Amino acid sequence: MVAVATLPDVTPGPAATARPGQRRAWRGIVLVVAAVYFVVPMAVSFWFTVYSEGQGFSLAAYGRILSAPGFLPSLLLSLALAACTIAAVLLLTLPAMLAVRLGAPRLRPVLELISTLPLVVPPITYVVGISTALREGVDALAATPFWATLIAIQDERFPFVLVLAYVMLTLPFAYRSLDAGLRAIDVRTLVEAARNLGASWPYVLFRVIIPNIRSSIASASFLTLALVLGEYTVAALLGYETFPVWIVTISGNDGQLSVALSIISLLLIWLLLLTLSGAGRKRR
Amino acid sequence: MTVPAVTAAAPRGGGRPRSKNWLGALPLLVVTAVAFGIPALTLLAGAFTVKDPATKVSSFGTANLSRSLQGPYLNALLSSVQLSAVVAVAAAVAGTFLAQAVITSRFTALREAVLTFSGVLSNFGGVPLAFIWIATLGNSGVITTALGLGPGVLYNFWGLALVYMYFSVPLMVLVVTPALDGLRPQWREAAQNNGATTWQFWRYVGIPVLTPALLGGVVLLFGGAFAAYATAYAMVGSTVPLVTLQIAEALTGDVLIGYENVALALSLDMIVVALLVMAVYLPLQKRSSRWLR
Repeated sequence: MVAVATLPDVTPGPAATARPGQRRAWRGIVLVVAAVYFVVPMAVSFWFTVYSEGQGFSLAAYGRILSAPGFLPSLLLSLALAACTIAAVLLLTLPAMLAVRLGAPRLRPVLELISTLPLVVPPITYVVGISTALREGVDALAATPFWATLIAIQDERFPFVLVLAYVMLTLPFAYRSLDAGLRAIDVRTLVEAARNLGASWPYVLFRVIIPNIRSSIASASFLTLALVLGEYTVAALLGYETFPVWIVTISGNDGQLSVALSIISLLLIWLLLLTLSGAGRKRR
Repeated sequence: MTVPAVTAAAPRGGGRPRSKNWLGALPLLVVTAVAFGIPALTLLAGAFTVKDPATKVSSFGTANLSRSLQGPYLNALLSSVQLSAVVAVAAAVAGTFLAQAVITSRFTALREAVLTFSGVLSNFGGVPLAFIWIATLGNSGVITTALGLGPGVLYNFWGLALVYMYFSVPLMVLVVTPALDGLRPQWREAAQNNGATTWQFWRYVGIPVLTPALLGGVVLLFGGAFAAYATAYAMVGSTVPLVTLQIAEALTGDVLIGYENVALALSLDMIVVALLVMAVYLPLQKRSSRWLR
């Protein structure tokens, strides 16, 4: 896109030839300081997990992750929440964005607003709103059938309320990546052609639109997955033991284990992003 | 611009073409109204609801808000703003220098590596970030013991700022790199041909062109640091007063009688600050997009 790396060509200008050593020194210092600041904590943390005074080198901390109590349930819960959130956010945003493009352009500002609001509202204030609303809702609706619904979405085994919250939190990112994908294709022509040939709406959606924006759907999904797997504030304050909350719970008595988990989650982000940029590159 | 497509298909679709277009957006609007609108309205209403401790009668009032702007709560809010401002400005400067160093370097591999790395680290926050720094500089951290530093290096305002920089600087690198790429070599050559020094080039050409992008970056970093909760919670508990920590405490812990809704009022304070900052950001983004092409 903007990746025209032309700036290096400027250096052989007059100013550069005047003081080449000084300029390079400045650059070197910045890079070395940055490298030290960013690499040392990671290297040191890894060292912390594999070496201890008493036992010397061992990878036992990484082995303990699997056997730690609560590991599997919390991870499964987070993955299930992520799957639901991804499905929900795609099923909600994609039709809305198509509608805006096909026949309701006046809704576009509304959509833009909806996909910006969660960026302005800090998650912790959002969670305050949710928990207060739930508490007051349960009190106010005690006599109606909605009461059962409110209780059901707070089920410990699968808190649907978290899916709702995560859909909102992930909306800005999903919206932006889907928007980029839809912008690259001629939605109107594709839909008109398919409809004129007698395709039903689901057919248009699943066989015409989605295959054309596969990579931006993939990136929206990966961003959502990364967000849900790392989200702590909302889940912790609503009292659910998702994977990040479990990491904090388990860390109290085993320092090495908690740092090992942190390194694993860093690697996980790395992996997700690599897959993401890989998926993006294939399309271009 | 509107509906020829669907009118053509209308015989098959059966009747009202307009409603169909609109219906596509309906689920999202409904879910947003429920999942975002209800909590937001509850928050707003609760922040202005005062419960009389004696009679248990609720009434409209600003007592919660004025309480949230007093004593320790005000302290926490100011400390949060201060921390976010320090992190935002420092990370913006550091990130810009780093991005410029990488962009002007001859090694394209370095550029790729730094940008990938920035993508990963700008997403790396929360509790794992706190743990990695605790292992490094915490009271029994590896560096702390190796260098014989005393306890408490990390568990204060500046320690927190140092840790927040870990995700803020990479974010700034990502934000400012396109803007730095947008500085045309021709501008620099033109300045040099007219006899400008490097300093003059930056003072009169470079910085003015970059200003919108830089300020936009500062705002973005401010928002990130301001909203951060998990890292601070795992690191400092409550030794550094922060508004996010106060909110969590007021929400989960026991609060004094008459302070039940103070979490809501504090949240409202936070949103107002975030909105003010965003109000600076949005026009700037429009301006900077002119240069980022």
